[in-house]
Amino acid sequence: MTPDQARNVIEEAVARVAPDADLAGLAPDADLRDGLELDSLDFLRLVEILTERTGRQITEDDYPHLATLASAVKFLAGG
Amino acid sequence: MPALGADMDEGTVLEWLVKPGDKIHKGDVIAVIDTAKAAIDAESFITGTIEQLIIGVGQTVPVGTVLAMIAEPAAPKAVSPPPAPPAGEPPRQAAPPEREPEHVPAAPRRPAPVSPLIRKRAHELGVDLAGVRGSGRGGAITRADVERAAARREPAGAGTRSTATPRARRVAAELGVDLAGVTGTGPGGSIREADVRRATPAGEAAPAREPAAAEPAAAAPAARSGAERTRSMRQAIARLMARSKREIPHYYVSSTVDMTSALSWLHERNRELAVSERLVPAALLLKAAALAARRVPGVNGYWTDDQFRPADAVHLGLAISLRGGGLLTPAIHDAAGLSLAELMSRMRDLVIRARAGRLRGSELTDATITVTNLGDQGVESVFGVIYPPQVALVGFGKITERPVAVGGLIGVRPVVVTTLAADHRASDGYTGARYLTALSDLLQKPEELL
Repeated sequence: MTPDQARNVIEEAVARVAPDADLAGLAPDADLRDGLELDSLDFLRLVEILTERTGRQITEDDYPHLATLASAVKFLAGG
Repeated sequence: MPALGADMDEGTVLEWLVKPGDKIHKGDVIAVIDTAKAAIDAESFITGTIEQLIIGVGQTVPVGTVLAMIAEPAAPKAVSPPPAPPAGEPPRQAAPPEREPEHVPAAPRRPAPVSPLIRKRAHELGVDLAGVRGSGRGGAITRADVERAAARREPAGAGTRSTATPRARRVAAELGVDLAGVTGTGPGGSIREADVRRATPAGEAAPAREPAAAEPAAAAPAARSGAERTRSMRQAIARLMARSKREIPHYYVSSTVDMTSALSWLHERNRELAVSERLVPAALLLKAAALAARRVPGVNGYWTDDQFRPADAVHLGLAISLRGGGLLTPAIHDAAGLSLAELMSRMRDLVIRARAGRLRGSELTDATITVTNLGDQGVESVFGVIYPPQVALVGFGKITERPVAVGGLIGVRPVVVTTLAADHRASDGYTGARYLTALSDLLQKPEELL
């Protein structure tokens, strides 16, 4: 998966979890959960969608990689 | 029109999901009702056959108004707060199709028991019992209900500028009607949608009144728009919370709970599971809160009619913040009896439906204790405001790592601050303290929360 593809998947997942969240207005290194006001259930849903779309196993130990948009793109593109 | 929450005075029929001739069962969703806070799926409380839909789509009527007639195998009954016209009374004795809001009769007669004393009190205060929602056992009207109904009325007529319902405001804006020139026929002279429509030059722009069952959804009136919803929800919250702080002498206790064993247990468990089956710490907190309420029943129930009535089961209200502002507190029924996995899926389901505006009426009315979890917002602790007539509200802050002394040594451990706001009329600090202790004990043995 290229970084652009990873970014698209993340944008799509965020749009589904929090339709009115402004991902574009968020700095790449800002905290996703704080910046988009995602609660723990939203975050779980986000991980669920990312798993579906990428086919990748994302364990709880991987959650820190999903902290920001930049780190999440790197994590998904890297695997 | 059922009362879908302690703060609801009137509702608008957005959609009928049944039509005359349909057979329905108790608990079936038969209509979608728009309230100040949300569009809610209203359930039938009896089994029978729909005989007649009385209130048309788009109409706003006070709580207690008959919405439809349901024929039971034995005799016809009116739907709306527990119905039952005397046997043999023909259905049309109930509310006639409404056009003139001033003639809207409330439910035909109150089947719920009303003691002679309360009847007398209602008479003294000039309160029509048919319009009063009972908060006592089995929907019984209590003295407090009557006095509340009287109090609600008084300030409204007190010479202030007449008010308009949110829906009326919107319709007025749509039709270009100046509210200053409209005579209100609602409680305390408030302006309703029908008043606005009467004031339009065309006069007859009333919404479709045919049952919407077979119509495409597009024909149904829309629920409140975003800005209007935000405003009406704010008003509903304001009324209920002001009432809580006015009537309930709150006391507060708090305790910091070590979450080490709970979180490591959760982490181990989640490691083997697909994302969809993973649990979040909030599920553990909720389960523990529900079980603790079962152990300390003095915080679980209602304060009505000057006494505390403990509830039989723990229906855990969950404060769910909505995107765009406001909150709803639907209940997870019998939360103490659910497995952790069931509780987790109920919680997810409830949050999704609360935000999508698809809650059922029963979920919004029967919480016996409420939990607010502001941990995701990063605060350390939250001391809540109790939802009347409940008597307690449990608060959870953010789970954070803190230096903690354990066995004479300082260690860094995850902890959460748990709080309880409780009604001092119903219990004393001792009971509140026992509740938080039970909660903490439960969280130390997470495997028993399964």
